[in-house]
Amino acid sequence: MPVLEIAARVDARGLSCPMPIVKTAQAVRALAPGALVEVLATDPGSQRDFVAWSRSTGHELVEQTTEGAVHRFVIRRK
Amino acid sequence: MEEPLNLVLFSGTDDRLQAAAVLTAGAAALGKPVHVFLQYWALDAFRRDRIERDHGLAPEAGSEGRVHVDDLRRAGQVSWAEVLRQAKDLGEVDIQACSLSMDLLHIDEADLDPLVDGVEGVTAFYLNAGAGHMVFI
Repeated sequence: MPVLEIAARVDARGLSCPMPIVKTAQAVRALAPGALVEVLATDPGSQRDFVAWSRSTGHELVEQTTEGAVHRFVIRRK
Repeated sequence: MEEPLNLVLFSGTDDRLQAAAVLTAGAAALGKPVHVFLQYWALDAFRRDRIERDHGLAPEAGSEGRVHVDDLRRAGQVSWAEVLRQAKDLGEVDIQACSLSMDLLHIDEADLDPLVDGVEGVTAFYLNAGAGHMVFI
């Protein structure tokens, strides 16, 4: 798997809905088109939320993994 | 243009305002405009000098609900007022005070927190609502 270059990171661990998405949307806004943001979240709803958010906004959900209680997402700004 | 989400906030308890703030921020993150209309006890909670106070919980919360809400707060849950501030930063969120409720509660515009964008009547609210969903909380 190619190593992805992360331009920004959002640590939303411990934050409840909707703050992981809010903080991610704020971070994505500051990125150049095509740049990547990595998000860590523990909110159990975040898995479905990030899929829905990406689909609706057009930003690409490049990676989605879970380790223990922590969900990790990598998103590419459209 | 995308149809807005229209929220009519009537209740002034922290749990219902938190739910409303979550709906607002979620829509804002998706790029959906949100129009919030503050009536009665919800408007009272947006007074500049009361917004950060404890506004209690809806009756159905009971004492057990109180414990759960307090636990979440201690775990670092962001207050509804702060969620609304973030939502406004993120997207198009317009918060208007109902003019009737302003009269009823003897509130001046200067008494309201800066989160509130203005005062309008129900006709203006309906006009701006377009064909978007309308939710009463």
